[in-house]
Amino acid sequence: MRATLILEMFPIALMFASPIIIAALGGLFSERSGIVNIALEGIMMVGAFTAAAVTVLLEPLTPLAPWIGLLAGVAAGILISLLHAIASINMNANQVISGTAINILAGGLTVYLCQIIFHQQRTRSFSNGIQKMTVPLLSQIPIIGKAIFIENYPTIYIAFFLVLLTWFVVYKTPFGLRMRSCGEHPQAAASMGINVQRMRYFGVLASGALGGLAGGVMVLTADIQYTQSSIHGTGFIALASLVFGKWNPFGVLGAGLFFGFSTALSLYAKDITFLSKLPGEFFYGLPYVLTIVALILFAGKSVGPKASGEIYESGKR
Amino acid sequence: MKKRTEKVLLPLIAVFLGFLLGSIVILLTGRSPLTMFAAMLKAVSGIDLSTGQSFNPRYIGEFVIQSMPIILTGLAFAFASRTGLFSIGAEGQLMVGSLAATAIALMVHAPKAIHLPLVLLASLAAGAIWGGIPGLLKARFNVHEVVVTIMLNYVALHLNNFTILNIFGSQDRVKTAFFPESALLKDSFLEGITNGSRLNWGFIPVILALLVFSFIINKTTFGFSLRAVGYNKEAAKYAGMKVNRNIVLSMMIAGAFAGLAGAVITTGTFNFGRALPAAEGYGFDGIAVALVGANEAGGILFAGLLFGMLKAAQPLMQSQGIPKEIVGIIQASIVLFVAMQYGIQLILEKISKKKAEALEGEQQ
Repeated sequence: MRATLILEMFPIALMFASPIIIAALGGLFSERSGIVNIALEGIMMVGAFTAAAVTVLLEPLTPLAPWIGLLAGVAAGILISLLHAIASINMNANQVISGTAINILAGGLTVYLCQIIFHQQRTRSFSNGIQKMTVPLLSQIPIIGKAIFIENYPTIYIAFFLVLLTWFVVYKTPFGLRMRSCGEHPQAAASMGINVQRMRYFGVLASGALGGLAGGVMVLTADIQYTQSSIHGTGFIALASLVFGKWNPFGVLGAGLFFGFSTALSLYAKDITFLSKLPGEFFYGLPYVLTIVALILFAGKSVGPKASGEIYESGKR
Repeated sequence: MKKRTEKVLLPLIAVFLGFLLGSIVILLTGRSPLTMFAAMLKAVSGIDLSTGQSFNPRYIGEFVIQSMPIILTGLAFAFASRTGLFSIGAEGQLMVGSLAATAIALMVHAPKAIHLPLVLLASLAAGAIWGGIPGLLKARFNVHEVVVTIMLNYVALHLNNFTILNIFGSQDRVKTAFFPESALLKDSFLEGITNGSRLNWGFIPVILALLVFSFIINKTTFGFSLRAVGYNKEAAKYAGMKVNRNIVLSMMIAGAFAGLAGAVITTGTFNFGRALPAAEGYGFDGIAVALVGANEAGGILFAGLLFGMLKAAQPLMQSQGIPKEIVGIIQASIVLFVAMQYGIQLILEKISKKKAEALEGEQQ
């Protein structure tokens, strides 16, 4: 395999990896606080739709439209995740069912609104999404500069930054410690005076914000408009990255990059001799198979938050 | 409230609230909810209030074929649920079922009396295997079935597309060659009496599946031990039940129901195998059906017909200016309300307790 080909793959791979990493970090906040979030897919759809619609509508007015779109995507993600929070924290709903409901809702609601606003099954296409950029000084670094800092989408830097931020918040602050305790043993956390419900609200809404952002990033870099298949399972790949990365921010980064590259490989495989025999479906299916393998390997070791998915009842021991 | 009435009443309230919310969404976006209800009436009977068009059996046929697969995926979710398992893998099990049906339909040549049963058996077996994998992983390694079933759905999608496109060959990158007559549930007689609908013999396996479900769960020791594992795993183990074996078997039987749905679609509604750009959502519909149907065969039949009606009404709504995605919104709201029923119950109890306390206070 030629070295230049690998360098060529970087921008594409990083473009695919960014939304996976960002959404998986969202899942990390939610699950660390004790709420399973399989609604990431739906949250991403809502974020993507909102980001695309706002971008299309503001485009004639301001060149900043895609960035405003991203922020709108974050806001929409928070709103839709609020449903998940109310259902699973206040109403004791099964978190998987509530997440499933939000996934169904997102598919319906986004396309419904497309039809109302744009009179078609998808948003109008925007003329400019987020543009690629070259970072002035850093691009001079040999190899790394070429791979990461020349002609890449700035969203990957957002993803890198969020990994560091998440690590800092979750592992280096008292707040993070308290939040994690709610995902491990909420009753013990409550006995120390931690407000479990509030912590879990924070976790779920943070996953809404990051999931919405991830959806926006995805549609504004990899697509030209929002359609029902814009997200096509990326939320579930994010969930897979969370498992594969052992619920840890740097693990998530590694897993996200890996899945990003495996997606890019499916596009480039025909140029690589020893991979050209493999069908595209092999690469599409790979992340999912690997996740199952990872789950088997992690089995019996406590890697995930222990109380994630359990309904919190304050009286229970 | 009595337990029994509660079980029927709460889902009905959720359905009512779901339609209410859907109507509000339609109103907010400047359409009339009445259009939606008119479309639903037309979808089940052909009667059109605005044009005065009268009863047309074609609509019944189309409505029934929309209900058949989601009743089966509903049974799949419910069966696993009864054993305390959470399977969102019906989507993938359905796809491998349809793939197996396609394989047997295209590769075997036999008279209908042998060929069609073989096709159905293959779909049952494929679904059972696909459902058995997460069951086995759960029993052997205690891996959570939710994540595994989600992942297997996507693996099934890509496996299906790979096989259809590369092994069975496809002229247009979408469908395989047509199946021989001997492999089909599709039937010109049924199409004839329903005025050219796509109604097919698939309703017979669906009815059998409902009966089998009810029989296993309610009438057999095996079903009893499955339910016991669902209620309390530790107690079941202590009582000498084979918990791990039950988990695997329960997931396999659930998978078989979903696999059968694949055959019903592929050899009933269609007569060729299909490569799919994305999952079609039958699995998620099934979750909604099972939840509304309270995991009982009768309830699932009712809920399956309800959601089948909504699906059948989709194109009619679309042509009347209501985006057909309203169905997804209604369905999701119903699921959400069913999921919240425990919380709603708690709140109701709290309120009635407070009232009782207040009354006591007054009396003193």
